[in-house]
Amino acid sequence: MELAAVLVIPALASVLSLSPLGRRFAAPITLAASAIVLVLVAGVAEEAARTGRVDALDEWLTCDGLGALVLLLVAFVGLTASLFSWGYIRVEHGGGGKEQHYYGLFNLFVMSMLAVPVLANVALMWVAVELTTLLSAFLVGFEDTPEALEAAWKYVVLTTLGAVLALLGFLILYWGSRVAGFEPFTWVGLGEAAPHMPPALLWPAFLLILVGFGTKVGLVPMHTWLPDAHSQAPAAICALLSGVETTTVLYVILRLFPVIGVAPGLDARPWFVGFGLLSVAIATLLLIYVRDFKRLFAFSTVEHMGIILVAAGLGGAEAHLGAAYQMTGHAIAKSFCFFAAGVAVIAAGTQEIGAVRGLVRSSPLAAMALVAGGIAIAGAPPFAIFVSEFLILKAGIASGHYVTVGLLGLFVVVAFCAVMLHINKMAFGTPGSDGSIVAGLPLPSALARPPLSCKATLALAAIPLLVIGVHVPAPLQNLLMAAARAMGG
Amino acid sequence: MNSTAYPVIFALDALTGALFLLTAIGVVATRQVLASLQLFILQSLLLTLSAVLLGVALGSVHLFAVAAITIATKTLLIPWLLRRTVSSEVYRTREIERVLNIPSSLLIAAALVVLAYVVANPLLRAVEVPFAQINLPLGLAAMFLGVFTVAVRREAVPQLLGLLAVENGVFFAGVAIVPNLPVIAELAAAVDVPVITLVVGLLTRQIHQRLGTTAVGQLSALREH
Repeated sequence: MELAAVLVIPALASVLSLSPLGRRFAAPITLAASAIVLVLVAGVAEEAARTGRVDALDEWLTCDGLGALVLLLVAFVGLTASLFSWGYIRVEHGGGGKEQHYYGLFNLFVMSMLAVPVLANVALMWVAVELTTLLSAFLVGFEDTPEALEAAWKYVVLTTLGAVLALLGFLILYWGSRVAGFEPFTWVGLGEAAPHMPPALLWPAFLLILVGFGTKVGLVPMHTWLPDAHSQAPAAICALLSGVETTTVLYVILRLFPVIGVAPGLDARPWFVGFGLLSVAIATLLLIYVRDFKRLFAFSTVEHMGIILVAAGLGGAEAHLGAAYQMTGHAIAKSFCFFAAGVAVIAAGTQEIGAVRGLVRSSPLAAMALVAGGIAIAGAPPFAIFVSEFLILKAGIASGHYVTVGLLGLFVVVAFCAVMLHINKMAFGTPGSDGSIVAGLPLPSALARPPLSCKATLALAAIPLLVIGVHVPAPLQNLLMAAARAMGG
Repeated sequence: MNSTAYPVIFALDALTGALFLLTAIGVVATRQVLASLQLFILQSLLLTLSAVLLGVALGSVHLFAVAAITIATKTLLIPWLLRRTVSSEVYRTREIERVLNIPSSLLIAAALVVLAYVVANPLLRAVEVPFAQINLPLGLAAMFLGVFTVAVRREAVPQLLGLLAVENGVFFAGVAIVPNLPVIAELAAAVDVPVITLVVGLLTRQIHQRLGTTAVGQLSALREH
């Protein structure tokens, strides 16, 4: 029953935010709803890790280890993002109608992401993915600047186009399972039918879904919209888009692996490795030349999605555990990075890397948060991404994929240097040196001091960031193992 | 089962398919925004017709549901939503500047149709399904042409119509390959398409008000320097 409540509560919170009550209390309502959802999801995740699968509502809602992991990540970032929004939106946009509009969409957007891993019916799951785009479109364009609207337009048109291509892929999969004599259009049903489907149908279905949903994950070369959308949205929305929306859709692609991987005549692994490596390579290049620090974190998301896809493609229990761990580490670190970037934008009044030097003197909090987030996302010890990347590379060597591991290792190291170089200059650099832009003093808006809720968010989000690289609590470890098993290895 | 079981319906479906393809090519080549919309409505009507023909031939109630949903959403609701959200000024717009001129657009369109047949061929050889020989390659062709439309059209409304044409193509293939898709999936798709239109329509209005243009293909403030 918790699974149904997890979807109903955000919907209720959305209605309440838009009702007259929301005029004053939209932010606390959203925060309370997110907290309740996180508690419920923690229970579901614990059960899924123990029993392997949680069902509800006559098996309309279902959740295995991998689904539960994604659910938990969405619920956690949903909580931190709603806390961050409280002060940020109030100060940036004032209260009233605009704020209500924001929270109405915010709750629905979170609901659509929570729905993806729990809907058993594949067609409904597709609609949920589609809704994540449509419900977040106005959040991406929320700042109402020409740039934000351009970003929102590209985001909606390209990701919807991708989703429609993926729809044909799913229809072909259903065709295949009917031909093989299977009825239910669920992940479990597809998994049972796949070995009996004609390979001539599996191939186009797989490629359509990989390319179609790959657009929404931000895989190169379909990534062009991602840095725009992920840099123009308000910081809390960026945290959701980059931290968990990409992961939620990547989850669907990873789900294909146990379905299609078991079918004769189709090997999905080289495609995962190929697309993954290409994304990591191009993202690394773009990370070197990037000039806007929110775009920096957006390109890093493309890089990480690529790494996870490579890990899934390498196959085997250890690589899949690495992939699950990397998904967790990325969602936590990337949402933290965007909260830090939000505070840095408030402190510096700009998103230009070249215009921010010596942030540690003007705003120590923003600088420390950026440095911590940067180190965590770039993958240095003692953070989780270091451990997961190490696991993935080790698993790749053990299974004899030397070329893949060599390339992946090279790109990861270059990307690490690029991220740290940019952030180091912003935090500790001297204004005017090394050709940075001296734009006079950045406009010290009324916002120059970050609101209390933003500081509280950084503190809250820092807890898992600092903990899970050093020590993975036993329940989370069980969940990661269950997720790796659900990936089919 | 083969095509000889229902020769008349087969011939009618083939004719519908040919007209369906022509409307898809029309959306690529039209300059007027309003004409694109009318072509899209015509294309949706042809999709409905194909669903009804196949419904009769296969005795499938699902396909009549698809036909009813298509008529309701794509020929009535979507044009109404677009008229409500996007100002009439936009519909009078003609695209002067194009990414590609019309002859080369049509040449590429022809190549895409050939590609659709090449892609569909192995599927059709693997599984014998009545009507898929017509609907699958033509649906794929309409899909490719829709993607191409999104790529070459610069105005907001034609880009949206290209997107919806891709959706029409998917369903044109879908009615033949999965005539018994669960009703829940059809209803879901029926909700999805109007929501896409509403969101994109409102976004178009916001862009029009903010920037004074709906030539979204020319927006280029965001890129790597």
